Amino acid sequence: MSFRKVLTAALVAGTALCGTTFAASAGEFDGVTVNILTRPGPVIAGKLAERGKEFEKATGAKIVVSEVPFAEIFQKIQTDWTTGTNSIDVGVFAAGWGVELAGAGLLEDLSPYVDKDTKLNPDDIAPYFREFGQKIGGKTMLLMVDGDFQMVYYRKDILDKNGLTAPKTWDDYLAIAKKIHGQDMNGDGQADYGSCIFKKRNAQSYFAIQTMAAGLIQTQGTAQGFHFDNATMKPIIKNDAWKKAFEMYKETGKYGPPEELNMDIGDTRGLFKAGRCGILIEWGDPGPMSIEKDAGAIKDKLYAVSGLGWKEVLDRKTGKLVPVTKENAPSSVDGINYAPFAAFGGWAGAVNGKADAKKKAASYAFLSYMNQAAQSNIDVTIGWTGYNAYRISQLKDTTPWVAAGFSKEAAENYLGAINGALANPNMASDFKIPGAQSYSGVVLDRELARYLAGEITVDEALANIEAGWEEITEDFGRDNQIKAQGLALGTGK
Amino acid sequence: MAQSNTQHHQSGATPAGNRPSEGWDEWFDRHSRTFFIAPAVTFILIFAIVPTFYSIVFALSRVKFSPDGLQFRFVWFQNFLKQFVGNEQTHFLGRLEGLSAFAWLFNIIVIAAVLYWLYRSVRNGASWVGMVGRLISAAMAIAISLLLGATLLSGNPWGTLLTTLFYVVVGCALQFVIGTGLAFLCSQPISGKNFFRVIFFIPLMITPLGVGYAFKMILDITKGPFQPFWEFIGLRDWAWSTDAWAARWFVVIGDSWQWIPFIFICMLAALENVPKDHVEAAQVDGASSVQIFRDIIWPQIVPVAATVILIRMIEAFKIVDLPNIMTSGGPGIATESMSLHSFFIWRANDYGMSAAVAYMLLLVTVVVCASFFNYVVLKQLRSSHA
Repeated sequence: MSFRKVLTAALVAGTALCGTTFAASAGEFDGVTVNILTRPGPVIAGKLAERGKEFEKATGAKIVVSEVPFAEIFQKIQTDWTTGTNSIDVGVFAAGWGVELAGAGLLEDLSPYVDKDTKLNPDDIAPYFREFGQKIGGKTMLLMVDGDFQMVYYRKDILDKNGLTAPKTWDDYLAIAKKIHGQDMNGDGQADYGSCIFKKRNAQSYFAIQTMAAGLIQTQGTAQGFHFDNATMKPIIKNDAWKKAFEMYKETGKYGPPEELNMDIGDTRGLFKAGRCGILIEWGDPGPMSIEKDAGAIKDKLYAVSGLGWKEVLDRKTGKLVPVTKENAPSSVDGINYAPFAAFGGWAGAVNGKADAKKKAASYAFLSYMNQAAQSNIDVTIGWTGYNAYRISQLKDTTPWVAAGFSKEAAENYLGAINGALANPNMASDFKIPGAQSYSGVVLDRELARYLAGEITVDEALANIEAGWEEITEDFGRDNQIKAQGLALGTGK
Repeated sequence: MAQSNTQHHQSGATPAGNRPSEGWDEWFDRHSRTFFIAPAVTFILIFAIVPTFYSIVFALSRVKFSPDGLQFRFVWFQNFLKQFVGNEQTHFLGRLEGLSAFAWLFNIIVIAAVLYWLYRSVRNGASWVGMVGRLISAAMAIAISLLLGATLLSGNPWGTLLTTLFYVVVGCALQFVIGTGLAFLCSQPISGKNFFRVIFFIPLMITPLGVGYAFKMILDITKGPFQPFWEFIGLRDWAWSTDAWAARWFVVIGDSWQWIPFIFICMLAALENVPKDHVEAAQVDGASSVQIFRDIIWPQIVPVAATVILIRMIEAFKIVDLPNIMTSGGPGIATESMSLHSFFIWRANDYGMSAAVAYMLLLVTVVVCASFFNYVVLKQLRSSHA
């Protein structure tokens, strides 16, 4: 066993003995069973079950974690809570889904619990996740267990070898991918890939395109959004910004694996862990993944940047791109506008508003336990948990990360990239309004896939998306959607 | 009358609606068939028929979730119409622009043939019920040919309807030819045929999900077991999953691998039931193998063949696992079947639209399979009995 692993084990044990804190006291929830529904596999669910056993020993509450395929979580929870079945007490799902469930009156308002909770320390939660992830209409309706946004990772050793520096813009991304494509990046004698992006339909492709587009469209902070005119809910999609993002997204495929159109996140992760990708778009997971046993090819070589920007932004009146200035993009840096995209928004737990009082209390106490720094600051350093950093204290100190296996330099780079994104007031939110899955996972995803496959042109794709989004908005009621958008972006009550 | 009254008193109270002289035991005897099948009928009504009709409510509504349960807003046929006009048209039907000259010619030929077939039916004195059926089949045939003309023959991409029909027609044809061929070989006196029978049957026992993942791994050109082969033939950088036609064909290949055993086992049973003395008599008369198969064996197995194809077609219309796992419906929507189309919409909580697509699939399946049954299966059965 390496010294680092011994140190990690000691740190975990020490924390468990000294630092473990519960919002609830021992025996308080004897006889209470909390049923949690979330995604399958060790990712997300694994740590909930593991911490659930600790929680049961300390409080008496039995934590039962049920798993369903990712694509069915929202549907199952919504059906269970609207039809009065109420077999689920806690749903752990994408933070963005909370708006639709809260709008239907299905979620318990956690604000009173948070006010009495002396262990949670909400001020330690990064502002974006605290204000936009956990709160809806000013009330805390969810508690994060994971913080998600997309970043760009690159192989520092390969860039250094080619005399390239870390990218700042999406144009840099493309130039780097083009330059290093075909080089052997893992010493196996085979040509590897400049860029790796999951482009499979019905997978994660629609997140990556938004990561590219956000910086071209959103310039005035998170509350501005980049999908709709918030006052009318008219789509902001048929314009030069989305067109440019679509075209660049497709062009990255020239420097990717031949099967990229049929690759989801599992496929691209397999490739970059094997050292076969030069630059890629991902969530926070590749950091902890790079120190796993099977990732020897990229250990301390995979560096992150908090997000790439653009030197042009959309003039919403004309639909054309104009150069970035401090006037049209106040938070721009050196003429580059950044808008890190909170893709998916992170996994968060919400409590069923119709559960009985004892279950609600136990459910909150467990979510609080997961969220508290004593637990989460360790969990986010472990790759298989799927948990990414969302607390300021997780990002201040490199010690736990170095103890987990990072080199000091790699840990500083990784935490620096996350800090850079979370500190950006122009962070872009994912869809959070009713029909979110239809807007993004169905319409945007399908038309993007058809464009990438060459079935339609970019103009046709954007026109189809506009028509599709309008249909969904009309279906849910334009006024309702305007109100929900206000809640999602923190401008409404 | 006095006698019957006596009998009435002897056998106790008369069940309502029975014959005057009948007791409970006789009444039960007379209705025993009804009582025996009642549980099964009730079960089917509750778990199959009622949900099917209930889903019509979904198909005709926009469904929303609320704390009080599901809210239905009745929208008549809007969910269906969306498949034919507007944003969903290209998804369901394909792009219908710029009909080519070849497509015009093809459509004219098909329409003329269908009209001639209807004319002959009238001349042959088909009943009015038969004519209604023929008109529905004719309308479906013309609609499909128009769609083929507007998409495939005019260089436009397909929608999920034609992709489903591709899986059904091409898949079933391929599976039937190979399955029957293997069955014919295994019905011959060759050594080790029992071993081959078991081997050929195994794929049918694997779940479609497993087949999907297995084929996805096998066909992976960068990491799969055939990677050296792809490289050797110069296709290292070619990805089948990014080519619409290649992806459709590979889905058909995966589906065929699983379902050929079904055809194989049914056709083998049919072949083994062909009386050996017929074949031996033909051999004595000096008939060639081809003649024996064409004139002796085939007429005797054709009713089974037609029935097997019908069953396989009904199943093939529902294909969902393989395209979902192998390509997730891509590239674009090239491999998306109607079942997958419905599933993707359902997953986004649009229950109304999902039910509408499912009903469209039911309609196409019923018309195509009923047409095949009436004009192919029944014809073969009648000719074999004649």
